[in-house]
Amino acid sequence: MIRRLMKTLVGVAVFSAFAGGVAAQDSKVADELAKYREALADGNPADLFEVKGESLWLEKRGPNNASLEQCDLGQGPGKLEGAYAALPKYFKDTGKVMDVESRLVHCMMTLQGFTLAEATRQWYSKPGKDSDIEALVTFIGAKSNGKPINVPATHPEEAKMAKMGESIFYRRSGPQDFSCSICHGQEGKRIRLQDLGNLTTKDGAGFAMKTWPSYRVSQGTVWTMQRRLIDCMRQARWPEPAYLADSIIALETYLQKTATGTVMETPGIKR
Amino acid sequence: MNFKFALFFGLTVAVGAPAFAQKAVEAPGGKYAKEAEQMFRTSFKAENPKYWMTRLEQDETMKTCQQYRDNPPRKIGEKLEKLNAATIRYPVDGKLIGDWKEGEKLAAVGTGGHIGFIQPDPAGRVRGGNCYACHELARKEVAYGTIGPSLSNFGKVRGKDEDTIKYVYDKIYNANAFTACTNMPRFGLHNWVTPEQITHIVAFLIDPESPVNRD
Repeated sequence: MIRRLMKTLVGVAVFSAFAGGVAAQDSKVADELAKYREALADGNPADLFEVKGESLWLEKRGPNNASLEQCDLGQGPGKLEGAYAALPKYFKDTGKVMDVESRLVHCMMTLQGFTLAEATRQWYSKPGKDSDIEALVTFIGAKSNGKPINVPATHPEEAKMAKMGESIFYRRSGPQDFSCSICHGQEGKRIRLQDLGNLTTKDGAGFAMKTWPSYRVSQGTVWTMQRRLIDCMRQARWPEPAYLADSIIALETYLQKTATGTVMETPGIKR
Repeated sequence: MNFKFALFFGLTVAVGAPAFAQKAVEAPGGKYAKEAEQMFRTSFKAENPKYWMTRLEQDETMKTCQQYRDNPPRKIGEKLEKLNAATIRYPVDGKLIGDWKEGEKLAAVGTGGHIGFIQPDPAGRVRGGNCYACHELARKEVAYGTIGPSLSNFGKVRGKDEDTIKYVYDKIYNANAFTACTNMPRFGLHNWVTPEQITHIVAFLIDPESPVNRD
């Protein structure tokens, strides 16, 4: 046992002898990445989504020929300032904790008369097929730019949802033994060159959550938080969650609660 | 200086980690954990075929690691390590070190195994070890992750004796045999890569000719 420990210690010592050079190389890579991100931030294509989202918000559409102007996203009908930053939230009228997307779809159904299938058919865009939801969420999100994330989860249903999100965050399964926590439960790690936030802390969750929805350069479109988290499950090699599923809303509630107090910088732009 | 630091660090980890792990931490989800599990299971699209859905099943290791946030008490950790050590299988010819050139290719491949309807991998897509996602290996590859320790010069540092070769094979096959609830996937247990492919990755790490030990 002691022999094994000594062997390990010597191993660690030899490794740390190499560590100096590694650190220098790491910071060089990080500098290059910072420059890349700076270049991206200059002119965010998400601005176009925001403009389109606003006109969709105001346009009379659907079987009821109604606009979304009376939609209540938690701050009262038509009140958009800071609404995104305070979601997910418990809504009395549905008896459910809802995120921005489930609430938006609810408004499209109740105010405009769309069916669920119609409202969610194009919930994410494909090449040549734009998504109204991406545009609307970008517009709604931008109305929270500069506002602090505010999901204290004080309502019992919200508190419960945040706890359930925490449970899912640590849940390991699949052919790679993954959980959210494997990549997002530690400080200062990278996967390949991508920095990974520690989403269990306010700083880490805040840094991650404040820039959504975000324009993804590699995808050529805006991703909503539903899209982002459903893709996390794809990367975990799990089956595909249903759009607006409770498990996704639970994760959002957990993350927004952890991030609460962080000032929003949205729409964001990412790799 | 480095050695002193390493000694201190090593002792702190050796002494501190088990003591820390004993502290009772609430299981994630608290009293809602069971309900959360139900909710999670029913949150998937009905169109997912049954054999995809089996990927949500948890063995004892997965369940226990979730419950303890990947930091189980030492006693429970030891039990999991034994359980996992018993799963390790070897290639029929018994040779545990293969071709480092094949291993180098496998180390770089991060694709494979993605399912779902939005961006699944095409059928038959090669699955690799995806080692660079988490580890530094050959110095010429700068796009490496840092979730796991640097393995640059692994063979130079650790040597190429039989014990080391077996250790590396076993670790890749089932890392939970050594550290319960490690972040590292159990590549062999899940048939993510074959025993033969594991021997190639072993060679990539250990063979003196491998770029891991030459750059």
